[in-house]
Amino acid sequence: MSEPRPKGASVVVIGAGVTGLSAAWWLARSGIDVIVLDKGIVGWEASGRNGGGASHYQSPLFAEEQRLWPQMDELLGYPTEYVRERIIIQRDPALLDHYRAVGRMCSAMGYRVDDLDSRQAQQAVPLTDETCLGGIHLRFGGHANPQRTVQAYAWAIQDLGGRILQHCPALAIETAGGRAVAVETPRGRIACDALVVAAGPQAGMLLAPLGIDFPIASARAEMIVTEPAPLMAIGGVDGNGLYGRQTLRGNLAFGGGPHEWIATRPDGPSARPVSPLVRNLARRVAEMFPRAAHLNVIRSWAGIVENTPDGRPILDRLRDPGNVTVATMSGVGFGLSPASGHAIRDLVVDGACSFADIAKLGLTRFAGLAPDWRERRGWAA
Amino acid sequence: MRAVDVHAIDGKLAGPDERFEVVVVGAGEAGTAAAIAAAGEGASVLLVDENPVRGDLIGTDVPLFHGGRMTAAVQQPARMIDQLLASNPGIETALEAGVDVRLGTAAWGLYVNGPAMRALPAPMLGIADAERATMIGFDRLVLATGARDLVLGFAGWDRPGVMGAQGFAALLTRYDAFAGRRVLIAGSDALALDTALLALSRGIEVAGIVEVAEAMRGPVALVDRVRAAGVPIFPAHTIVAAEGGIDGIERVDIAALGADTRITVRCDTLVLAVGAIPATELLDAAGVAAGDAIALAGDCATVVRPEPCYVQAWSAALGRHAPPETIVCQCEEVSRADLIGVQPPRYLDRPARMAARSLATLLADGEAHPDQIKRLTRAGMGACQGRRCREQVACLLAEQQGVPLDRVPAASLRIPVRPVPLGVLADWHERAAMTAGWDVWFGIPTQWTPYAIIGTPEEAEQVVGLGGNMHV
Repeated sequence: MSEPRPKGASVVVIGAGVTGLSAAWWLARSGIDVIVLDKGIVGWEASGRNGGGASHYQSPLFAEEQRLWPQMDELLGYPTEYVRERIIIQRDPALLDHYRAVGRMCSAMGYRVDDLDSRQAQQAVPLTDETCLGGIHLRFGGHANPQRTVQAYAWAIQDLGGRILQHCPALAIETAGGRAVAVETPRGRIACDALVVAAGPQAGMLLAPLGIDFPIASARAEMIVTEPAPLMAIGGVDGNGLYGRQTLRGNLAFGGGPHEWIATRPDGPSARPVSPLVRNLARRVAEMFPRAAHLNVIRSWAGIVENTPDGRPILDRLRDPGNVTVATMSGVGFGLSPASGHAIRDLVVDGACSFADIAKLGLTRFAGLAPDWRERRGWAA
Repeated sequence: MRAVDVHAIDGKLAGPDERFEVVVVGAGEAGTAAAIAAAGEGASVLLVDENPVRGDLIGTDVPLFHGGRMTAAVQQPARMIDQLLASNPGIETALEAGVDVRLGTAAWGLYVNGPAMRALPAPMLGIADAERATMIGFDRLVLATGARDLVLGFAGWDRPGVMGAQGFAALLTRYDAFAGRRVLIAGSDALALDTALLALSRGIEVAGIVEVAEAMRGPVALVDRVRAAGVPIFPAHTIVAAEGGIDGIERVDIAALGADTRITVRCDTLVLAVGAIPATELLDAAGVAAGDAIALAGDCATVVRPEPCYVQAWSAALGRHAPPETIVCQCEEVSRADLIGVQPPRYLDRPARMAARSLATLLADGEAHPDQIKRLTRAGMGACQGRRCREQVACLLAEQQGVPLDRVPAASLRIPVRPVPLGVLADWHERAAMTAGWDVWFGIPTQWTPYAIIGTPEEAEQVVGLGGNMHV
């Protein structure tokens, strides 16, 4: 290879997905010399292929997520297309009750949620009709453009002096004296004082040689998008079994429904095929937005996401090697990224998260996990 | 112990709605011949053709680049069907041979299992007419899907009257619905020369042939016929701009390479005949190659892409005269300057720091991909599915990198390869297992447990009480 061999950095981050990028951005903001390595292009996998939602009431990072998103365009210096608030509408009475309960749970946490009756929902969501029974209006949260956001993180890292090495996969982690000292890549050995592994589905394979069991299973999930519809005042509308958003251009982009567990490879997915699920998704979008049912579907796509056994993130600094921080957001990483990067920065620099208790997201909770845990859940490829 | 994830896709996708031993896509000469031959061997055969294409799609240059130069006849499906049958007697023969012929029916998606997908009960082809989508099973699939136009832009190419050679030929020979009278042709390979002769045979004036190369590139015999017809030939020339009024172009300015002198050519249509691309979108979007079960026939098997250096010569010559505001992506109104600057769309702010970013800086960060440019600029994200801009984007990337065009990866093609309305594409009769197992996101109840109650007695209660479908 003709590219210059990069020198080491204080912190090397493996994985330029949204979590690794945000971590590197936070590290760079702290004046730390950081390199992000990726097998391909920034945000090329699930980080750039998701629904863009940013309203994660369940997470310990929720408050920080809500605090940061409205500032992200300014902090990064590049547009993320972030828009506040979300509406969830339903046409099934049971699902409406269910989401009303979720709304009450969020309200109880101090985040305002208004119930919408059918008429209010139709007013707020002009693409629906009287088949909509009602919904909930989250006066918090929002959504952003995943593809724009990952590039914004990458550029912001560079503006702060950080380096991003694309098309430079991490092949192995070199340890010495109980510490990770370098990452082997096709462009040579990149030395580090501390290491962050945010390698998505590939994380388990990278960590296994270190004797670390990082339990994740990977699956393919699919989305569709239509040509633009007239802009709704709040584009963050979903429901009817779907997640997604109306983009600021007007396109309706939605996913949901069954996933397929797949085998992963050290060099990443060989393909990201879609299935006829596009038809089940189209049906649900047409049901949710009857006034948009005439719009053309112009693309469908798939992304590969990893999940932990309990579906919760792993954000942890290891005991051995003690300078390695491991991170997966278990399939719910995009919206939480402003906060997850902050938490990872804190773990790397201070050994503990400064703004939230994340102790229950440690890797040790999986000690004693049965080796066939994937089969036991039906998650085997 | 092996459990079943009720939220996984396994066993949920329905099999084909209909099955045929042989399915042929494209009722042109090659497709009808393949269908008739298969029927002659006793096979059950389905032959689908998207023509007549829906009027609204034709207007967005899907599947062919007609550049708004079609007559109102294309909005009359019944008339178009008559015209289609008249244009290819093979269709009637196929019907008589027992082939199930479905016109006005587009093939929008090919699905085949592979390493990252095992959930399909069978290989399937998704087709759709104006009313509904249907999944078709097959033993053998023949794609006779023809070719599409290689489109390159210049000032005014987004005006009505600029079209591609495939689009031009289709309007003349398939639809008899071409609305122009005097055409200028860009390119001089056999494709361009045949285009000129076709126009002349239909009584359409040919205002000239513009070619960036020093000499005509097509077979001498064709060149002689075009010359003999008195068609002016402009070798070593490029297009500066197409200009006109509300009804489209009225004249095209051309210039000799490396010179400032311009010639104004009066014409109502400019036909881009620089090259054709095999229309293999179904295969490309599925990520599969032709093989035993899937064969290519006709133009999509035989058309040869123009050499990269020739396409790049055209792109560079056009680029020298194209002002920065020249549109590259018509659907999303992305200009050359937006593309070279990797700027976001106009409805977003362009913060100060964006000014320092460009295709050049992006390339310095590593080899770029047209899909990355698409994500940032929206070029190729529109309703025409990138048909009109993908080669332009690839050429600009190649030019910026100083590499041959074939070193630039192709922008991804996605299913549906034809735009299909939500309500048509929808599966209104999905399987009970699909409905029952549906969750917004994975259906892992513990994923949504509020953090505060993890590890408390409330946790189990919440997991059971709310279950799945918790994604907000």
